[in-house]
Amino acid sequence: MLVWTIYLSFAGALVLALLPKDKPALARWLSLAVAATGLALAVQGFIAGMGQGRTVLVDLPWVPSMGIRFLLAADGISRVLVLLTGLAAVAGVLFSWNIELRTNEFFAFYLALIGGVYGVFLSFDLFLLFVFYEIAIVPKYFLIAIWGSTRREYAAMKLAIYSFAGSAMVLIGLLAAYTTAGSHSTGLVELAHANLPVSFQMWCFPLVFTGFAILAGMWPLHTWAPTGHVAAPTAASMLLAGVVMKLGAYGCLRVGIALFPRGLDPWGFSFIGIGSWRDVFALLAVIGIVYGALVALAQTDFKFVIGYSSVSHMGFVLLGLMTLNQIGMTGAVMQMFSHGIIAGLLFAIVGRIVYDRTHTRQLAELETMHLSKRLPFAAWAFVIAGMASMGMPGFSGFIAELQVLVGAWMVNPWWTLVTGVGVVVGVAYTWRALQKAFFSDALPNAHMLEQEHEHNFAAITWPEVTGVVMLAGVSLFIGLYPKILLDAIEPAVKALLAGGVQ
Amino acid sequence: MNYADLFRVTLPETALEVAALVVLIVDLGILRKAALKLRVAVAALLGVAGCGAALWTLQVSYGTGYSFDGALLLAQGGYIAAAQSGILILTALTLLLLIDSTFTRHVGEYVAVVLMAASGGLLVASAQDLLVIFIGLELLSLGLYILTAFAKQSGKSAEAAIKYYLFGGMSASFLLFGFSYLYGMSGSTSLPKVILGTYLSASNGGTPLFLIALVMIAAGLGFKVAAVPFHLWAPDTYEGAPAPAAAFIASVSKLASFALLISISTVTLHFLDSFHTTGFVTFTVIPAGVPRPSIVFGFRSIWPLILTVLSVASMVLGNLAALAQTNVRRLLAYSAIAHAGYILLGVAFYSWSNRSANAILYYVLTYGLTTIGAFGVVAVIERATGSDRLDSFLGLHKRNPLLAAVLGVLFLSLSGIPPLVGFWAKFNLFAAVLGVSAGPIPFALVALAVAMSAVSLYYYLQVLKRAYVMPAIDETPGNQIKAHPVTMAVLVAIATAVVVLGCFPALLQGWIESFYPIL
Repeated sequence: MLVWTIYLSFAGALVLALLPKDKPALARWLSLAVAATGLALAVQGFIAGMGQGRTVLVDLPWVPSMGIRFLLAADGISRVLVLLTGLAAVAGVLFSWNIELRTNEFFAFYLALIGGVYGVFLSFDLFLLFVFYEIAIVPKYFLIAIWGSTRREYAAMKLAIYSFAGSAMVLIGLLAAYTTAGSHSTGLVELAHANLPVSFQMWCFPLVFTGFAILAGMWPLHTWAPTGHVAAPTAASMLLAGVVMKLGAYGCLRVGIALFPRGLDPWGFSFIGIGSWRDVFALLAVIGIVYGALVALAQTDFKFVIGYSSVSHMGFVLLGLMTLNQIGMTGAVMQMFSHGIIAGLLFAIVGRIVYDRTHTRQLAELETMHLSKRLPFAAWAFVIAGMASMGMPGFSGFIAELQVLVGAWMVNPWWTLVTGVGVVVGVAYTWRALQKAFFSDALPNAHMLEQEHEHNFAAITWPEVTGVVMLAGVSLFIGLYPKILLDAIEPAVKALLAGGVQ
Repeated sequence: MNYADLFRVTLPETALEVAALVVLIVDLGILRKAALKLRVAVAALLGVAGCGAALWTLQVSYGTGYSFDGALLLAQGGYIAAAQSGILILTALTLLLLIDSTFTRHVGEYVAVVLMAASGGLLVASAQDLLVIFIGLELLSLGLYILTAFAKQSGKSAEAAIKYYLFGGMSASFLLFGFSYLYGMSGSTSLPKVILGTYLSASNGGTPLFLIALVMIAAGLGFKVAAVPFHLWAPDTYEGAPAPAAAFIASVSKLASFALLISISTVTLHFLDSFHTTGFVTFTVIPAGVPRPSIVFGFRSIWPLILTVLSVASMVLGNLAALAQTNVRRLLAYSAIAHAGYILLGVAFYSWSNRSANAILYYVLTYGLTTIGAFGVVAVIERATGSDRLDSFLGLHKRNPLLAAVLGVLFLSLSGIPPLVGFWAKFNLFAAVLGVSAGPIPFALVALAVAMSAVSLYYYLQVLKRAYVMPAIDETPGNQIKAHPVTMAVLVAIATAVVVLGCFPALLQGWIESFYPIL
């Protein structure tokens, strides 16, 4: 049944594209129905797959002469990420309820993006995975360029070029792996068992890993992320941070590490303490964590704070992957899920609940608006989301980051020590933003007070409440009962570490 | 000499010529006083019928080809049949785009010239002899010059035609010059014998002469496929020629020229296959210790090098120059140069098995299909707005949503976004290149090609951005862009084909392999 998440999303996108333009309500309800059905299928697939390893869902010959198969399968990691996609999709529709411009086209692009994301998480054929990965790029461009805000065309083009450059690197790696393995198959399992030469893996691993890591926001190739997030409409930035960045991280894991494990071996020499690609990427991840947090601390635009916090949090995912041990990599997958939920929540609050009412994201201007009194729901939602984001125990972020840090300590204590600084700064920027945006007691000037009386904010609507409750609830639930995800992730990670794809 | 054989082998060409004559008679005789619209429709339909008839004769006349004096002149079957079918199908599509055109009143002549040029294309695709190649190329080119100049009211059209004609004439003379050297070295005009002769004479010290010949031929054929540095005609011609003619030049002429390159490459690798008469082969035993001659000159070593140079230059220059264009037709011209660069890479690294031939044919066929559609869209917009500048695409999604959707599909396919057919064509081609040789050089070249196609996304998105993102200058309702239903149907059919063939790549691949099975 999991495969229907893909078909349903694309079918929904097609129907929405053909829908008459003057029925925005119909488009909203239809896309909510599609997204909710996708979530239901994802939950059903997650429950049905508990305790199982990799299950093949569809296996059809696609291009027989080249050994390319339409192979969809799911293991624990896939199921968790499909679940995340389902949640993010529903939340995204709820927070786009007020889109009035070309509504049906918006949701058509939105569902096409969702379909591509589902496809990537379920593909076990490298070629198919790449196809879905690319399908997800184009809708992103249009979502940002048409419905975005601040410098949207620049941000959209930047994001498209970064994504396409990354996928070009992946494509080169795909072609190289396919031909080096003897041009028989592009299946992930077959390629992992093809005994690719170590010298080949040594150059192909960094190529493919970097290609995917661009989308995961790896420093210093992260610069598309803050501008893209800021310019994107709320639902698109929720999806960007929530699932699209996970596509990159997932590709790093499923393709980079699983197909080219020997690419992580030591080079045989070391230069200022760096002796393998693993050290290189771990270093970049650590820099990303600290750098993202420090830059977030200095932002004046509320959404940029969240944008850079995404870079910082995605650094944990990459660091977790580079630990190559059970606990660290499990933590990385946990962090993918957790950050997907929390970043979605943060962007929803900033982009939809606050910005659509105040029409400014400048912290200096928000300071004068007394939002904690005028938008108490937003304020308290942000308190919860902020606590989850900085990794308070009881929320999903805590268990994920803890595992990553433990895993990193086991490999190299310095990684953990430096990352610890990033965590502290993380607390600082979140409180700073929270305090400035909601709980500031800066007095508004006379002019502002005048405006305030004649200009009341629109009431909080039911889709917003539903979305916030859903995302915050999931983060809390996973924080209190992480076992439900860990049981799915751990065996899959173990299998992956034991020998590529099982 | 067996004229019955010749007739059988050239049946498709004959069918096209007959159709051309019928079109002329009907248009200039029977329909002389009829309305222009009717004449256009009738002429185009007759032309399509001619293509259909030729396609049918292609199916029924099976054989190995036409030989004269023991040497093959025209080959048949295999990749040639696939290429010829492609030429006929693409010609029919460009003729259908004519239905909505108003650039000329001489529709009968236009269709007749298209059909004759297409028959030249068929000849080029099947030729196995230097003279036949040259005649075919000239037949094709002369038709193209005329077609370029067909919009008589437009100064641009005349200018483009003159440029095209001068470049074409010069490159034809280069080609003939190169051919004459090859003839001098090998004493034959038959391709297999020429190739064999170059191997022999190269070992006898005829190398400089041979190099000159190859460079001359590369210049001549590079002009036909618009490879850098022989590409200068392309932007002007694409810009000035009437849209259906430009579509014809961009698709059919490309396909025929690449079919010729496939022929040359295939013969280079399989030149011994065609000597049916018994001969003897001498082996030279090189004693141990004596160094083997390090470089064996001949077609096999220099020709790929020249093609690689052309390919890299075309990929880089085509894509970078396209970034700066503000005119969609010129943009398409530079993108055509870039695509020619990718395909030349496939020709340079050519496999012994049929894999490369099939991959190249797949690429050229689908590229031709897509580019015809792109020119169709440009033509519709040109007619509505009077300009083919980027800004005339502004707000297209409101002014004609269906046309905007078609444009989106075609341009994304050209930039190589899956699941559209352009992506699969690229993947297949690059996989074939790496299948020939997995050394660092092919890897680097393929990496360059992939990187360049990432660059290409930028300029295709520039067009799509105007169509979808930016508002129209004139926002008044009722400024809809209208297209003739037939044109729209053809464009939608092409876009559908691009999607379907991309989602099921095995369909078209299977079709090509049915002609030319992979060993």
